[in-house]
Amino acid sequence: MLANRNLILLLIVCTLPIALIAALSSGPVSINLVAAIADGWHSDSSDAVILWQLRLPRAVLAIVVGAALGLGGAAMQGMLRNPLAEPALLGVSSGAALAAILVLYYGAAVSGYLLPLLAIVGALLAVGSVWLLAGHGASASRLVLAGVAINAFLSALMALALNYAPSMFAMQEIVFWLLGSLANRGWDQVLLALPFIVIGAIFLFLSRNYLRALSLGEASAASLGFSGRRYPLLVLFGIAFAVGASVAVAGTIGFIGLVVPHLMRPLVGQDPGRLLWVSALAGALLLLLADVLVLNTVGAQELRIGAVTAFIGAPFFFWLIVRSRQGGNL
Amino acid sequence: MSEPNPQILRCHSLGLNRHQRQVLEGIDCAFSPGELTAVIGPNGAGKSSLLGCLAGVLPCTAGQVSVNEQPGSSIPRAEWAKLCAFLPQQESPAWSMPAQDLVALGLLPWGRSFSRVQRQARVRAALQQVDAGDLALRPVTQLSGGEQRRVQLARLLVGDAPMLIADEPGAALDIRHQLQLMETFRQQADAGKIVVLAIHDLGLAARYCDRILLLENGQLRARGTPADVLTRAQVADVYGISSEFRWREGRPEFIAGDLT
Repeated sequence: MLANRNLILLLIVCTLPIALIAALSSGPVSINLVAAIADGWHSDSSDAVILWQLRLPRAVLAIVVGAALGLGGAAMQGMLRNPLAEPALLGVSSGAALAAILVLYYGAAVSGYLLPLLAIVGALLAVGSVWLLAGHGASASRLVLAGVAINAFLSALMALALNYAPSMFAMQEIVFWLLGSLANRGWDQVLLALPFIVIGAIFLFLSRNYLRALSLGEASAASLGFSGRRYPLLVLFGIAFAVGASVAVAGTIGFIGLVVPHLMRPLVGQDPGRLLWVSALAGALLLLLADVLVLNTVGAQELRIGAVTAFIGAPFFFWLIVRSRQGGNL
Repeated sequence: MSEPNPQILRCHSLGLNRHQRQVLEGIDCAFSPGELTAVIGPNGAGKSSLLGCLAGVLPCTAGQVSVNEQPGSSIPRAEWAKLCAFLPQQESPAWSMPAQDLVALGLLPWGRSFSRVQRQARVRAALQQVDAGDLALRPVTQLSGGEQRRVQLARLLVGDAPMLIADEPGAALDIRHQLQLMETFRQQADAGKIVVLAIHDLGLAARYCDRILLLENGQLRARGTPADVLTRAQVADVYGISSEFRWREGRPEFIAGDLT
């Protein structure tokens, strides 16, 4: 049993470089990968430019964003003691998305630094409002309730923004952005998101023992030394940084945060602490694979990666329900 | 890893207000090492609240809890967690981890001061103490209520903290395991620990505990030895039942009678 688990983890680690090569060889034009690598970073041969300036940053972004979403989902499920939680549930993604929509709405340059920074601010504001609404020393269930309420409100605001979109172009831009995409992203986006994601990951790493203690329940966790507001805040801000930064550069990509921790949990003996980094790893792999799928799908319009992950995620939900009907646990 | 010096745990006119209701009021009491204390009282008397305040997981709204005359609130939470282990009344684990992993969570306050081998040895010993050695690898959510409770008790004991506070530890246990549980707590007290249990079974309280605190409507109604507290008049007044307290073969015995 234990050997099997480690084998699967090893498999995930080994699949990542293979998926990376697949992602680097996929795209509208075929390039000679070996030659492009040999040409090096500074070469201006077209193959090298495509590899180093277009495909590599996109693949790296898929890895970074996937890791952040997996990590955020694992942390959220651990904190709320609920396997169905994901960052979108607490309005983190909506907060970031709404902020981004407002930027798009007023026609600010999408490529600038304004959009990602505001998206992170939006995620933090959403988390802050959930925190304030739930009140001092809120239980996890009150937090979820506050999150659902804030999320509903933010969704209403997003619908309103769409409704009054100044032009068809802005509307299209917003909708596509909401679907999530890794297209046309470069090193700028990677460099912009990475520091925030790393900060978020550090916060979540520091709260791993809190998440472990919470497996027992809130009172027991408090008696084990994890009382007060410090630890829940650390987790919430960790999630806001990691997920907010991801949404900022890639739009809203759902289901990774839900599916990945679910799949990984049995592999780490249900330990919410170890689940964090394993989910980050698997999230990276899943999003990279989804992007390989996107890159290899022919069509006039590139498939939106958010649509792809939803296509993977929704049937997963069906499977969860069917399994629970057959007597398993959710 | 027990603290070498004896601790005196004390409540100074402790009060707790929850949901606009005075749950505890003016509680003064002290707990000494080597003593097994039962907190008894009817449902809603404030037993769980008192235990929560003692364990530091509920912030009291009046008075304070002190250890060796040092206010509990001034002790860093991480240090406090090593001094005092607490088992809440009802909590079900969120994830179906193996029982031994759940027990190991009781060692979290000590961080990395135990090696992996030491941790495993302590977990195994704690599980054996509650007669759950064979449950070590079973997923906790697949255990029965009583088995799960025993595993949680092992979590309480695993850190060897000098103060043990447990809220109805025997609930859901069969009679054999209830007795075994009380024996275990008796041994822990005899080893110089402060042990405080909220308990409904007055028979077990009379038989195993050195002292009893009787709560009624958030106030301390009586405290003392079982013989002092479990008098016929007092039990009739608080619980509304007839009863008898007697000594049989040198052992205190409490027998509940009829409704009055």
